[in-house]
Amino acid sequence: MPDASGLLLDHTMQTVLSVGIDALAYGMVLFVISIGLSVTMGLMRVVNLAHGAFAMIGGYIASYATQTLGLGYGVAILAAVVGTIIIAVPVERFLYRRIYGAPELTQVLMTIGITFCVIGIANYVFGPTLKTIPLPEALRGPVDLGFRSIAAHKLFAIACGVAVAGALWYLIERTSFGVKLRASVDNAAMAASLGVRTRIVYAVSFAVAVGLAAFGGIVGAELLPIEPYYALRYMVTFLVVVSVGGAGSIPGALLACLLLGAIDTTGRYLLPEYGEFFFYLAVIAIVCVFPRGLLGRRS
Amino acid sequence: MAAIETTSSAKPGAAARPNWLMRDLLGLAVILAVAAIGYFLFPNNLALLTRILGVALLVLSIDLVTGFCGVATLGHAALFGAGAYASGIAAVHFGITDPLLMVVVGAFGGAVAGVVSGAVILRGHGLAQLVLSIAVVHLFHEAANKASAYTGGSDGLSGIAPDPVFGLFAFDLWGRTAYGFAVALVVIAFVVLRLITRSPFGMLCRGIKEDPIRIRAMGASVQGTLLKMYVISGAVAGVGGALNAISTQVVGLDSLSFTLSAEALVMLVLGGTGSLYGALIGTVSFMWFEDFVSAANPFHWLTIVGALLIAVVLFAPRGLYGTALALVDRFRRTGK
Repeated sequence: MPDASGLLLDHTMQTVLSVGIDALAYGMVLFVISIGLSVTMGLMRVVNLAHGAFAMIGGYIASYATQTLGLGYGVAILAAVVGTIIIAVPVERFLYRRIYGAPELTQVLMTIGITFCVIGIANYVFGPTLKTIPLPEALRGPVDLGFRSIAAHKLFAIACGVAVAGALWYLIERTSFGVKLRASVDNAAMAASLGVRTRIVYAVSFAVAVGLAAFGGIVGAELLPIEPYYALRYMVTFLVVVSVGGAGSIPGALLACLLLGAIDTTGRYLLPEYGEFFFYLAVIAIVCVFPRGLLGRRS
Repeated sequence: MAAIETTSSAKPGAAARPNWLMRDLLGLAVILAVAAIGYFLFPNNLALLTRILGVALLVLSIDLVTGFCGVATLGHAALFGAGAYASGIAAVHFGITDPLLMVVVGAFGGAVAGVVSGAVILRGHGLAQLVLSIAVVHLFHEAANKASAYTGGSDGLSGIAPDPVFGLFAFDLWGRTAYGFAVALVVIAFVVLRLITRSPFGMLCRGIKEDPIRIRAMGASVQGTLLKMYVISGAVAGVGGALNAISTQVVGLDSLSFTLSAEALVMLVLGGTGSLYGALIGTVSFMWFEDFVSAANPFHWLTIVGALLIAVVLFAPRGLYGTALALVDRFRRTGK
């Protein structure tokens, strides 16, 4: 029976491949959205539950720009990222700055409050329905890789994740802003006394984090659909990614996203009736073994 | 606040004790008076008041671990839901329909869940602790969803028909018995928790919150003490869950949700952590406000609740009760 076993093998290969691609795409979307959260949490030590809300704002602006204003996809991404940063900067200045160094409970309360406000406003302005961001022609169809065809938007999400990881690595490791940022993460008081204006570093990295969240919200809109309760639904996922990877570590966040993306997608394919049971079991196991995250620094 | 306590403890013990006792009795009287006022003011809304009392038990139990021990948790509904499902399953599948027995089963279920989740959550600190607690409540949620033969899955567990309390007071359509039962449970829980938090064990917990390393150096077991408090907290939350199961006669998956955990924590911080009164005040004001605003304006209620939370952080960081105490303290000092 060489044919039957060959077919079975082929089928298994197909499943493994499609699970692998889906897991990679999902992991990369998670990475783009939550890397900003990881950096700001490592830097400012704020448990920011409102991060998903900024990803959602980005998605809504992009949806509005493409659907109502009829702008192109690229322009919409740019408009959404800039728009979200414009919304987020005063929020940082007037609300977040009050809770730097505050107890965790206070931070949780404040950021949940911000999330509720954003959900309520989004619900009022855009309505409770699901919003779509129409993809450009080039990303709509499948792409033939020779041995298999893959949805183009998934490849695009993977490419965006790789690009963001590379750009962030360059920004943090190779620029003078990166040096200041790393110094502030390691020891904010010492960095300040050496002349680093930590408040500006905080504000800029917050803006970058929010911009990345908005970008990830748009790129991942096919996988994590935009609706008012987006901010609450995925809040936990983003927080889990940061904790598993280790706050402030880019390679850690990347590793956590790929690992958790793989576990979640495999669970959905093979044991859908268990929901997210194995995802959270894995989270507990990892956090118990690595309390500071996979690649978190000892403080 | 701190000033008052140091002066009263500086006095001889005999003089200090009646002062405490008087204050506690006064607090109890206020709770009973508020319960009675609620009964006569909102006779058509007793179901909401009973629900508030059930959640109040959950918030009290969070206060035990968060306010008194300093453990941050966003997954305490796991204990509440475990109690609710334990008493519901006992009633539906095992024929235990006596309400008092159901409460005992609920407390036991909550305590067992407290051991399990405490053992996991206490392994982490800070962010890791929060994430572990979130993972625990999701794990419980998925497990209850999967075990639908016992829990009814996403349809909920229905068909709970509790007997009359003491064989005398049947649960009526108006919810009068359920409300009286709920008030009695909350008052008993309040008295027991008052005794526990005043006991040497309660003081040890406060010490751990202030400085765990020092407590360890004194020779006390930090993890063991915290786990004990988690079991007590689980029993209280389980009683709340059982009360909810008895009064609504149905248990849904939402009683094991992250949303309920987060809301309950918000209520606690709103009222003020580290004080049983703060927990009660936070629950009543948050749930009343939520009900009022969502009825008045269903479109904006979440925005208004969010704005309220931000305002509390900015203007009353110690919670409603803590800020009120600080104001009274300042007023007294300037009066002298």
